[in-house]
Amino acid sequence: MPPQADAAVAELAGAAPGRVAQPWVENAPRHRWRPRVDPAELWSERELALILALKDLKVRYKQTFFGVAWALLQPLVGVAIFTAVFGRAAHLPADGIPYAVFAYAGLAIWLYFASAVSGAAQSLVDNRDLITKVYFPRLLAPAAALLPGLVDLAVSLPVIATFMAIWSVAPGYRLLLLPLWVLAALVTALGAGLLLAGLNVRYRDVRFALPYLLQVWLFASPVVYTVSLIEGGWRYVYALNPMATIVTGFRWSIAGGTPPGAEAAVSAGVVVVALLAGFLYFHRVERSFADVI
Amino acid sequence: MAGSAIQVRGVSKRYRLGAGPYLTLRETLAGLVRRGRGDPGGEVWALRDVDLDVDGGEVLGVVGLNGAGKSTLLRILARITEPTAGLSRTRGRVGALLEVGTGFHPELTGRENVYLNGAILGMKRREIQRRFEEIVAFAGVERFLDTPLKRYSSGMYLRLAFAVAAHVDPDIVIVDEVLAVGDVQFREKCMGRMSQLGREGRTVVFVSHDLGAVTRLCPRTIWLEQGRVREDGPSAGVIERYIEAAAPRASRVEFEPQPDRRVEVLAVAVTDARGRPLEAPRRDMEVSLSAEFLVREPGPPLDLAFVVQDRLGRRLLDEDWGVDTGDELVVHDAPAMYEARLTIPPVLPAGEYVVVFWIGNDYDTYFHREALSFRLLPLPDDPQWAVERDRAVQPATTWTVTSLDVAPRRAGGER
Repeated sequence: MPPQADAAVAELAGAAPGRVAQPWVENAPRHRWRPRVDPAELWSERELALILALKDLKVRYKQTFFGVAWALLQPLVGVAIFTAVFGRAAHLPADGIPYAVFAYAGLAIWLYFASAVSGAAQSLVDNRDLITKVYFPRLLAPAAALLPGLVDLAVSLPVIATFMAIWSVAPGYRLLLLPLWVLAALVTALGAGLLLAGLNVRYRDVRFALPYLLQVWLFASPVVYTVSLIEGGWRYVYALNPMATIVTGFRWSIAGGTPPGAEAAVSAGVVVVALLAGFLYFHRVERSFADVI
Repeated sequence: MAGSAIQVRGVSKRYRLGAGPYLTLRETLAGLVRRGRGDPGGEVWALRDVDLDVDGGEVLGVVGLNGAGKSTLLRILARITEPTAGLSRTRGRVGALLEVGTGFHPELTGRENVYLNGAILGMKRREIQRRFEEIVAFAGVERFLDTPLKRYSSGMYLRLAFAVAAHVDPDIVIVDEVLAVGDVQFREKCMGRMSQLGREGRTVVFVSHDLGAVTRLCPRTIWLEQGRVREDGPSAGVIERYIEAAAPRASRVEFEPQPDRRVEVLAVAVTDARGRPLEAPRRDMEVSLSAEFLVREPGPPLDLAFVVQDRLGRRLLDEDWGVDTGDELVVHDAPAMYEARLTIPPVLPAGEYVVVFWIGNDYDTYFHREALSFRLLPLPDDPQWAVERDRAVQPATTWTVTSLDVAPRRAGGER
């Protein structure tokens, strides 16, 4: 052994650790259904969620010609089609709101929800490298996936405002409730996203099934039609789909029309149950992510 | 002593072997039906009842053959995966370096990647800002900070990746083989940083196939065998016995079949230039190292390397076929058998040597282990005292000492 290596080893052996004692962090088999969550840890790692979300945003439109314009193109094309088919051809009622404004408001919040759900569902599989190589609270991956869509949503708001100006739709104080609906959409997407993300690690079927699920869900939500088409007690059944209430509420905040009624309580209950179920399932399968992903 | 930094108690880890890394729903449904008839996949215990205590500031080496459970142990220490049974606990911030450049994104610039990678490795934004200059200087990529990573050379990429990882500032550093990549200069730099971390009082757990590096860096080593701790003690002794067990002294060693691998090494041997086993090689002979291997499937081109080490794990020769010849083994028709032979001119002194064989490529290592050891005999007329001298090489040299027919000038004039 060369002399300098001897010295290095001697120094290593006698090195005085100059660090303050910290609490122990344990890694042991977890109880299947008893969540072990550390809110303090999640909070202290919030920066990582933001940075992952920021990465998604930065990467998304790299090497594209239209860049961020894509965030507008998607809803604009949707609105054009919906207006032509459902507004002009089928003459669907729109609560007295010009159909283009009606469709845009509904589609904007729906597209946010859809992108958040599919982002969260893919978040673990897409971050495979991270999951198998570093520790971080796994919950952060689907949580971070909820954020980029918010930017697209924010970008579409001025366009909706322009539409409203063109068709002379006046805003009101109900606009103040807008963040509530966005938050509700985010929480709903988190519940569904957690379930799907956990499933996706084991069954890649999720990736293929998801577009169909979202397609069906879109038409099960009042995006192209108004909730006032549904009569009496059926509204409560209809509200089992939380997006029914959220789309209606979001659109009402922006452009008026029918506000959500008492059936919103049903939606709120479903959201709480879905969030809880998603959370428990995620926790249950979380321990094997790094092994099976 | 600052007390324990790592405690592992009775840790076991079971992996299920199945049809593949993940199942489709159809397979699970089929599995539910089949469940009564027993699980066809089977299972493996990657770790079995492992106990380990590492004190704060200790530098621990981990050695073992492929599949002995080294990586699984690191993943459990780093909380990447959960043990099936037992408990592992750590005190202080853990920095796991299981791969350099985790989470790097090719479309982002060097600067953006430093922030991204730093955050992934557990640094706060402010910490990264504070150490940014240092990281960039360590990597030497100042001029390319605003260039997308995909335009970096692989050397620059590695340097930047290690630079971030090396500045994470953890209390416990867990390192798996990352030092095996890159050029010599880069490896030296990494090793330097590792021993600096040790001197600063960090706890280091270091897994490597480079036994010389383990001996140099780590006062203590554990030896894992089939998921259990076979030995735990001062590095020199553990590594010597590990080499003895891993590389038996023989002119030819055959290995257990590995039917699930793309490349299977059947045997490694010490032969003469014509391929006949050499029972008693002498230091004045050309010695050949040969490896027979079977390639089961076509795939990315292969490269191979022989390393000759002394008993302390010091590398005396490290011959890489791809580097030496610029060739690579492209396999079109598989399965196919090959023999690789490296002939070494008579340069090594008499003594005991360990042969390491590696076969793989940038994506995968198919075989990498101490294969056998052999004893190079002295010449019959080498005196014993001359054999025992410490030297690295002993080629056939030529001496001339001639008497000069000139009178010494200024003899005794200089002091």
